[in-house]
Amino acid sequence: MSEKAKEKVKIVSQECIGKDIYSMWLQTDRIAKSARPGQFLSLYTRDGSKLLPRPISICEIDKEKDRIRLVYRVTGPNTGTEGFSKLHANVSIEVLGPLGNGFPLEEARGKKVFLIGGGIGIPPMLETAKQLDAEKKIILGYRDELFLKAEFESYGEVYTATEDGSAGTKGNVMDSIRKNGLEADVVFACGPAPMLRAVKAYALEKKIPCWISMEERMACGIGACLACVCKSKEVDSHSHVNNKRVCKDGPVFLSTEVEL
Amino acid sequence: MSKMSVTLAGVELKNPVMTASGTFGSGMEYSEFVDLNKLGAVVTKGVANVPWPGNPTPRVVETSSGMLNAIGLQNPGIDVFCERDMPFLQQFDTKIIVNVCGKSTEDYCQVVERLADEKADLLEINVSCPNVKEGGIAFGQDPKALEAITKEVKKYAKQPIIMKLSPNVTDITEMAKAAEAGGADVLSLINTLTGMKIDINRRTFALANKTGGMSGPAVKPIAVRMVYQAANAVSLPIIGMGGIATWEDAMEFIMAGATAVSVGTANFFNPCATDEVVKGIEGFLEKNQIGDIRELIGVVK
Repeated sequence: MSEKAKEKVKIVSQECIGKDIYSMWLQTDRIAKSARPGQFLSLYTRDGSKLLPRPISICEIDKEKDRIRLVYRVTGPNTGTEGFSKLHANVSIEVLGPLGNGFPLEEARGKKVFLIGGGIGIPPMLETAKQLDAEKKIILGYRDELFLKAEFESYGEVYTATEDGSAGTKGNVMDSIRKNGLEADVVFACGPAPMLRAVKAYALEKKIPCWISMEERMACGIGACLACVCKSKEVDSHSHVNNKRVCKDGPVFLSTEVEL
Repeated sequence: MSKMSVTLAGVELKNPVMTASGTFGSGMEYSEFVDLNKLGAVVTKGVANVPWPGNPTPRVVETSSGMLNAIGLQNPGIDVFCERDMPFLQQFDTKIIVNVCGKSTEDYCQVVERLADEKADLLEINVSCPNVKEGGIAFGQDPKALEAITKEVKKYAKQPIIMKLSPNVTDITEMAKAAEAGGADVLSLINTLTGMKIDINRRTFALANKTGGMSGPAVKPIAVRMVYQAANAVSLPIIGMGGIATWEDAMEFIMAGATAVSVGTANFFNPCATDEVVKGIEGFLEKNQIGDIRELIGVVK
């Protein structure tokens, strides 16, 4: 278990890297030291009327400088994420983290692995790709405009899919995998529910283990309030019902453990 | 007694600050951020006679300075609670208040009876959750039903009983009096206010349950008013809650007539909120040279 902390962190840089997509580096005190790929931070807004922390996945971890990079989407006008995007370097914000379990890198080490990211599920796959010592095929699915793609290229073979066909395979990540005849022993994926459903079905068909990072509306972010549950196949050992906490037991689950 | 301690039905709390049920689990998760020894009491999430799966998601949504929740009282059931959560809480020098939920009078009584030999200091009866179809609020909106269930629960209870009141009523004093008539030892209020949010882009309800319980700083003035009214209608001690995020908020409730206060939704946006409220009240007493917090309970008439 990594040590969680609530910290006031300073923004090192803030950059728009695509339409509504922002990249922000944070100078942490000790969060970066214990963070793992696939974990997330809860960010508190600076607007008192927006109470709940915003869970944002960790895109990169710089342990030497004790920094965390978040790449996030601004979800609309007057939202918490829009507020974050307007903060400049040297401004401080409160964060809680690192939260959640992260991807089980040991399950994929030395194997042929698919790292699949869809939309705003792409960022957490970057640190995963960096830290994972394996034969990596990275499949990234976008609506139209690409972001972060070039940064993945140093860590494995990158394949893209776009809904409008403007880059890579026209269609989704599964279309890209099939069209390019890609194969793997293990899958790590993060993205929207329909993508995760397709990835889960693919892994079942190929009889390979698949870990997926899930998303759900959260409140506390630490497993106390039971807001962000997902359905589990078996009775969960903590909840004693067929529910798992996305923030605490996840966000990464073995695809066969959870219902999508 | 120290200047911060208060008494609820004979149970002495080291300070008046506790957690609001459902926002703090059984304290395990928050113990990484808050020293539970510093709290007057930990109030657990509601526990029923058997495990409850709760409602479908989304279960929470933010509103302006507040939030709606419809968790639906998901809980692991009283057996797991007694085996796992009670021993955890007993490690700390704080009072343990177990929140009890049920679908029928029998359910409540069964849990209360099961807790008789446990080291719980007080039991809080949740007859005011707006998010479950049976039980819950059905008992909390009708004074006759509230009085009846209070009487029944009292038959089985070894610990003093706190009846948690719903604000979704026309006259809170009528409910407070009904609980008192039924034999309640303490009242706690307010539970959440029933609310709704529409997702205009998806053209549907923001919560899967359609409605949810509203909480957070936005509801505080309503809560303070109801605590004031209840405190002036009955002679029972009152635990005040509803939007408390700071020590100043807590002092409003105490001056309105609350003997103790609960911090709820604020835990979600400040996991250290409970501890900060304790420290803030201490500082306030010191600054104003008040030797006993009890001097301030209900001081505003």
